[in-house]
Amino acid sequence: MKQISKLSVLLAIPLLCLGVAGCETVPKGFLKPNEASLENRQLQMRQYETINQEQILSSVAGVLQDLGFTLDASETQVGFVAASKKADATNVGQVFFMALLGGANAVAACDASQVIKASVITKPSLDGKKTVVRVTFQRVVWNQAGQINRVETIKDPAMYQKFYESLSKAIFLEAQQI
Amino acid sequence: MKNIRGCISIVVIFLMIVTLGGCVTPAVNALGTSESQVKMRSIQTRAFDTTDKKKMMQTVISTMQDLDFVIDKADLTLGSVTGTKFLGYAVVTMSVIVRPRGEKQLLVRANAQYGIKSVEDAVTYQDFFTTLEKAIFLTAQQVD
Repeated sequence: MKQISKLSVLLAIPLLCLGVAGCETVPKGFLKPNEASLENRQLQMRQYETINQEQILSSVAGVLQDLGFTLDASETQVGFVAASKKADATNVGQVFFMALLGGANAVAACDASQVIKASVITKPSLDGKKTVVRVTFQRVVWNQAGQINRVETIKDPAMYQKFYESLSKAIFLEAQQI
Repeated sequence: MKNIRGCISIVVIFLMIVTLGGCVTPAVNALGTSESQVKMRSIQTRAFDTTDKKKMMQTVISTMQDLDFVIDKADLTLGSVTGTKFLGYAVVTMSVIVRPRGEKQLLVRANAQYGIKSVEDAVTYQDFFTTLEKAIFLTAQQVD
């Protein structure tokens, strides 16, 4: 009988914790711009010396295809294209480390696959003489057990550089009708 | 001693009900919000003195991008923009609708979800409209 009451106390503690933590609450201030916004703009934006937005947008669609993305949604009149791509997210180092630490069960928690989402907006620049392109990338990573490991906005400059290099090339090629 | 044990058991059962009952809401609540319809509209809506829907939509999009949202969908006819933002492990989705109000104004309405919760906090929406105001150089007017 004494054991039962001990058990109920043991049960009560985690339940109490769960009850107090409860449902997640909505934090405040997540729709305020932060200091990083300006930096992100520089990373994500480029200007092109043309006012032909449609031409830029069709080059963007072409580049997304070049990079292996499939188009999800678009609205030409507001200069918008969204695309996504599934890719391998396996990190050999992580798998080795987790296997060393926790064996097969730990390996199942390693990154396995990811979906990368790209969203591109084109609009006229403030002086109306150029076209501004802004691309943003997000990714969702799943582990080997099929659960979501993490979600994040990609801030790697190399990724943005690669995109804009390909876009400049595509705009040039299409202008030359190749 | 027996009394105490009884007490503990009752507390545990009560805690179990509270905890396990917790976040589960019946399907009927799918269309429910905790705030009144009129109040939510006034929190989420602002009027702007412009009729340029396309420019307003492009400004809404840039503002959302500045706030780290990735745009998922946009439609000029409906005037809608939908985007997603990741905050740690939480997913925030927001949709904004731009539509004409009379002949001289546009109404902008935003609604956001944080994880499985609707955002019903007036200050959060005010933050968004303040950022939008700065981007479009117009004053956001409260709508009754």
